[in-house]
Amino acid sequence: MEPDSDKIIDQVTRQDYKYGFVTDIETEFAPRGLTEDTIRYISSRKNEPEFLLEFRLKAFRRWLTMKQPTWAHLTIDPINFQDIIYYASPKKKKEVAGLDQVDPELLATFNKLGISLEEQKKLAGVAVDAVMDSVSVKTTFSETLSKYGIIFCSFSEAVLKHPDLVRQYMGSVVPYTDNYFAALNSAVFSDGSFCYIPKGVRCPMGLSTYFRINAANTGQFERTLIIADEGAYVSYMEGCTAPQRDENQLHAAIVEIIAMKDAEVKYSTVQNWYPGNKEGRGGIYNFVTKRGICKGSNSKISWTQVETGSAITWKYPGCILLGDNSVGEFYSVAVTNNHQQADTGSKMQHLGKNTHSTIISKGISAGKSNNSYRGLVRISKNAINSRNYSQCDSLLLGSSCGAHTFPYIQVENKSSIVEHEATTSKISEDQLFYCQQRGIDAESAIGLIVNGYAKEVLKQLPLEFAVEAQKLLSVSLEGSVG
Amino acid sequence: MLLRIKDLHASIHGKEILKGVNLEVNKGEVHAIMGPNGTGKSTLASVIAGREVFEVTAGEILYQGKNLQKLAVEERAREGIFLGFQYPVEIPGVSMTNFMRTAVNEIRQYKGLDALSGSDFMKMMEEKKKLVEITSNLTNRSVNEGFSGGEKKKNEIFQMAMLEPTLAILDETDSGLDIDALRIVANGVNKLRRPDNAFVVITHYQRLLDYIVPDFVHVLFEGKIVKSGGKELALELEDKGYDWIKNEQL
Ligand SMILES: Nc1ncnc2c1ncn2[C@@H]1O[C@H](COP(=O)(O)OP(=O)(O)O)[C@@H](O)[C@H]1O
Ligand SMILES: [Mg+2]
Repeated sequence: MEPDSDKIIDQVTRQDYKYGFVTDIETEFAPRGLTEDTIRYISSRKNEPEFLLEFRLKAFRRWLTMKQPTWAHLTIDPINFQDIIYYASPKKKKEVAGLDQVDPELLATFNKLGISLEEQKKLAGVAVDAVMDSVSVKTTFSETLSKYGIIFCSFSEAVLKHPDLVRQYMGSVVPYTDNYFAALNSAVFSDGSFCYIPKGVRCPMGLSTYFRINAANTGQFERTLIIADEGAYVSYMEGCTAPQRDENQLHAAIVEIIAMKDAEVKYSTVQNWYPGNKEGRGGIYNFVTKRGICKGSNSKISWTQVETGSAITWKYPGCILLGDNSVGEFYSVAVTNNHQQADTGSKMQHLGKNTHSTIISKGISAGKSNNSYRGLVRISKNAINSRNYSQCDSLLLGSSCGAHTFPYIQVENKSSIVEHEATTSKISEDQLFYCQQRGIDAESAIGLIVNGYAKEVLKQLPLEFAVEAQKLLSVSLEGSVG
Repeated sequence: MLLRIKDLHASIHGKEILKGVNLEVNKGEVHAIMGPNGTGKSTLASVIAGREVFEVTAGEILYQGKNLQKLAVEERAREGIFLGFQYPVEIPGVSMTNFMRTAVNEIRQYKGLDALSGSDFMKMMEEKKKLVEITSNLTNRSVNEGFSGGEKKKNEIFQMAMLEPTLAILDETDSGLDIDALRIVANGVNKLRRPDNAFVVITHYQRLLDYIVPDFVHVLFEGKIVKSGGKELALELEDKGYDWIKNEQL
């Protein structure tokens, strides 16, 4: 690329994080550090049944024997796990009947983010389970949902009200032994979302959760469990932004999805955690384990993610395609800027016959960032006539950033086909000049080009999410392109 | 006077390409610039548009009395300068509709006008498409992606019609066109000609000038305008070939 366009790109990509602010709500903390006592504290604070405390303790003991993985293409400063507060809850947590009774500070926070619950309620028909710090503050639309027998609530509530479902499915897709951060989450998770769609029910609205990290120096360990029973359908959206701060914050979440026979789950994420400042200070460590299992035949799980935030992203949403004819999809746009690092991709494990998976990954790197795609496609011996198509594209803005692709492919039978395509491109000075000559400034031009590049993924998002995603994509690379 | 280029010198990566160009264009005029390949025609167009890889080392460009060198590429565009590209670039995934809507509204904002509503914009698209005889599906596609050579050139004229420039520079818009496409492109230009705008048509062949009749013809040779005349100069050039110019220069 010409040095001139480097300069332009450099200028416009140095945009400050727009969503950096801290809400001042009184918060109650667990003692700093991690011991069995911490875990007992969390469990008792939440009035958890015995089985859950046992699960946590087993996970903790396992975690103590494990080591933080080093295989990712990431440089991670040592994490002091004893310097983290593992539980925090807003003090005022009595049930509220209407939005007017919600803490005004909290409402203001949502308003700043442009996601006022009121608006959501009226316009989008989206039920919002807003998680702030660790305790769910407000759940809307639960009445409408309960009419269909749909359960959509905080994880804590599910533990108390639907312990059998939790007990049956929690850890069935991501066991606590899975990896270092999954073990940690299983030991200390504070809250999250739970969703159950009964047999034959098409969830009439998109379900959405906004996660926020809020209390200073508090790690966040969400846990989400989604179960779609036979023939059920749900579109689930997760989005998050975090306030600006100096210290690194650890975020190690688990999402588990179970799709029974003929069920379909569409899980969409817009991830915009605080990425750290221009010099690479601060920012969220986003170490997430997301996995779904297509348990029954003809089931389908689809992951779509737009990743623009976090200092470090380590995340490989995947599918275990157990049921015959089941389908797994992964659509991803990952943007890294300044000193951000991302090592993300997907894991598709074909176990059933005629199973299909698709991976479309678009990496966009700017500044001094590093962006890696890492994917595993495994087709087992019994998964005859299976197919995978993977496409991994990298777009570079400027010449100080890095893009890498690490595809791993294992095919254990002869009737299956795996296709992998990869490209690397740059925004050319020609393209920028062309746009500018039409009166579009460089900043908007980059927004246009990047959104065009990511179109294949963006069009997978639910409509109410797509606009926000496009905005985030542009904002994370420049000013404010719609 | 709309455009006044005085003793313009420009270079790329230290290599001088334009070596003292003088040119004056008034509103209502059509100028043709001809000349052999590699002589600096596209460079001249790029320098007027403000492409940053080219360095202006001497001289000046005045546009509506303003010194263009003080304006960024997009500002020149918003001031009414349009460049029809010799090689239009592809922008994958960006629809023509989105692209043009962004451009039209940026220009409107610059002029202090409100953004066009979606329906007004679509109406405008339809009108302008008719003008350049563009089939309807063109605008749903990504900018120039998968367009044939002829479609790309028609698309440049379409964009010109959308943006209604005061000064349009068309860089070899005729190259590679069959006679039908050539006629469509020329018709587009002729329909857009007005007393308050001007065209600079860069062409290698005189053929286009049968359809777009210029008021002036200039010959650019090795970075300088070495000959200017009326439309008959184009015919003479066609007749005698560029060697004639070359020999005269020796
Ligand atoms: N981007 C560039 N880098 C280096 N040289 C260039 C570039 N663009 C044009 N030139 C050089 O400038 C000269 C004039 O080119 P150009 O203006 O395209 O001529 P024309 O349009 O008359 O064919 C040529 O010698 C060409 O090689
Ligand atoms: Mg040329």
